[in-house]
Amino acid sequence: MEIIQVKEVSKFYANHTALNNVSFDVPKGNIFGLLGPNGAGKTSLIRIINQITAPDQGEILFNGQPLTKEHIKQIGYLPEERGLYKKMSVYDQLMYFARLRGMTRTDAHQRIHNWLEKFEAITWKKKKIEELSKGMQQKIQFIVTVMHNPDFIILDEPFTGFDPKNTQLIKDEILNLKANGASIMLSTHRMENVEAICDNVVLLNKAKVVTQGSVMDVRNSLKDNTFSLTYSGQLDPTQIAHIEVKNLAQRQTDATLLFSYTGKPDIQLFNDPRINITEYREVIPSMQDVFLTLTDNSSNE
Amino acid sequence: MNNIGIVTSREYLTRVKKKSFILMTLLTPLLIASFYGIIIWVNIGQSESVEQQNIVLVDPSGVFSERIVSPDNIRFIPQKSYSIEDLIYADSIDAVITVDQNYTIDKPLTLNYKSMGSLSVNSNASIKDAFGTVIRDQKLSTMGIEQGAIDSLRSSVEISQVKVDENGDTKTSNAMINSGVGMILSMMIYFFIFLYGVQVMKGVIEEKTNRIVELIVSTVKPFQLMMGKVIGIALVGLTQLTIWIVLSGILMAIIGFIVGINFMDINELKNAAQNPDLSGMKLEDLELLTALQSLPYAKLFLSFLFYFVGGYLFYGALFAAIGSAVDNETDTQQFMLPITMPLVFSIAISFSLISGDPHGTLATWMSMIPLTSPIVMMVRMPFEPDLWQVLLSMLILIVSIIGVTWMAGKIYRTGILMYGKKTTYKELAKWLFYKN
Repeated sequence: MEIIQVKEVSKFYANHTALNNVSFDVPKGNIFGLLGPNGAGKTSLIRIINQITAPDQGEILFNGQPLTKEHIKQIGYLPEERGLYKKMSVYDQLMYFARLRGMTRTDAHQRIHNWLEKFEAITWKKKKIEELSKGMQQKIQFIVTVMHNPDFIILDEPFTGFDPKNTQLIKDEILNLKANGASIMLSTHRMENVEAICDNVVLLNKAKVVTQGSVMDVRNSLKDNTFSLTYSGQLDPTQIAHIEVKNLAQRQTDATLLFSYTGKPDIQLFNDPRINITEYREVIPSMQDVFLTLTDNSSNE
Repeated sequence: MNNIGIVTSREYLTRVKKKSFILMTLLTPLLIASFYGIIIWVNIGQSESVEQQNIVLVDPSGVFSERIVSPDNIRFIPQKSYSIEDLIYADSIDAVITVDQNYTIDKPLTLNYKSMGSLSVNSNASIKDAFGTVIRDQKLSTMGIEQGAIDSLRSSVEISQVKVDENGDTKTSNAMINSGVGMILSMMIYFFIFLYGVQVMKGVIEEKTNRIVELIVSTVKPFQLMMGKVIGIALVGLTQLTIWIVLSGILMAIIGFIVGINFMDINELKNAAQNPDLSGMKLEDLELLTALQSLPYAKLFLSFLFYFVGGYLFYGALFAAIGSAVDNETDTQQFMLPITMPLVFSIAISFSLISGDPHGTLATWMSMIPLTSPIVMMVRMPFEPDLWQVLLSMLILIVSIIGVTWMAGKIYRTGILMYGKKTTYKELAKWLFYKN
């Protein structure tokens, strides 16, 4: 079951195309990575899902139904550039956004307290946003996003501005939300985070989808028959049959050889008495590699 | 509560809770009251302090010294001669007027006025008048007219204005009072539109630069957000106005109590004029007060409230549109100018041209055009323009508010999500026709 289905969505602006026939599905209960370089169309897409703008072509389904204003209350959105009223107190601010999302005063009051306690922020309740540190402001922004228990949460660069401790806190909280049944769309440039917490991803480049699927599938799809062999001992890689050496990193006690097979794998290599193999694996590109390879504009054109 | 309501109450409460608002709201009536107090104090003080001037009159021609009548505040002291030194050393003498020795009444008269101070406008007029009267009387008597006839020729002329309405009812009216009242009311509208219109604009820019709109616009329609802001700030202004009126009333009552008169009751004021403490008040002042009393207060109040709110709503929407079209306050200049020009222009001409000819063509047209009508019609109101003109002006303003709000909503909707671009008028026009 999909929480969000993007169906052949296009969005045109006067001078450029922001989205060109984009389609993908966000499965329910997933953490979904929305990736792409700056200007790929991510923000345009997020704005369409948030119904800030409408697509020129195509449609978006929410729980299988065309997106309507009613769905807004089931969506939580953390924008990349943080938006809070600087002169308003933490409590008033949270109450304002809670009320705009249709919560009653008493209900909102209770949830604001719960969240502030969870983030050890209850003592800031009366403080103005401008009196808080950047990290504290981020926490408040995060609470604004998730306070109304949305089914679908869009997080645009949620980790910027956090120290490692708070990054972990937010990461745990995201996993916690997922465990409670929420679906999350994560837009970030930090690929290590994508590998760590995303189930599925879509990669946009120049308004188009360049790849999508589970993180593992996407990475596997870019495998280029490269293997890595780490060993100690003496070996002349050029003497090994049916391989093409890509790189040899020689260290004092051991070495790592990157190579690809040009023919049938040579079993002999693994029995060579002169070397002691400590690791042998197929090289799977990291998300970083996937990102760089697929969005390398010079090779696309 | 619907979304406009939630936005409105946020805009209202955050502003009303501000220290600067509370301070302004409480201090202004105090300032006004102390201003009033100073005016009354100065008036009373001045009437006591106008001293009699002693002027030595050296008149070798003999035409004036016997016949001249000293006007109020001036005493002519005829002397055979009086030197500059005498003037310098005599404390009680303020000036010396010398008449040419060869003067006869058929020649033009030049008075030689020597003084250590300068001649005030009032004294200047009184002196001319006194000498002129002597010359005229002399000429008349040389023509053989008797003194009694000459006395009977003197007549004082004053205009006592009476306004007649369709039913034939009459009212005293005073152009000075009317334009003064119109000016004060239109000034208040002018400042309200500016102060609070700019607040709308700043609020929009804040939400835009902080990217708060991105969060809010997903739950609230841009139009609702804009209207909530405009209405919320209007309520702030009305709150301030109400507090001012109430506090001013209380303070006036307190001052009145201290001075011993009730400003709201004309009969008491008349009695007070008899009061030796307030003997500084002249009969003319009383006439002004009567004119003040006979102003159409209910009409003035209702139309003031209407143009106060209407003018603000009209301009508030425009200010909101400007705020949405720019990235920061420094960029607002190019758009501010065309919409502030009509305001500045109408306030600039209101005292001269409008209240000078309150029912003229210019005044009538400007009180119809919604850009200027809140101010110009308010200037005209104390002069009681035709009812149909007022109603038409109000109708035009209401229709224009709806039109401008619709337009501003379109610009706002596109503008608030547009970053990093210098907006041009051409682009604004395009935004009006965007679908979504």
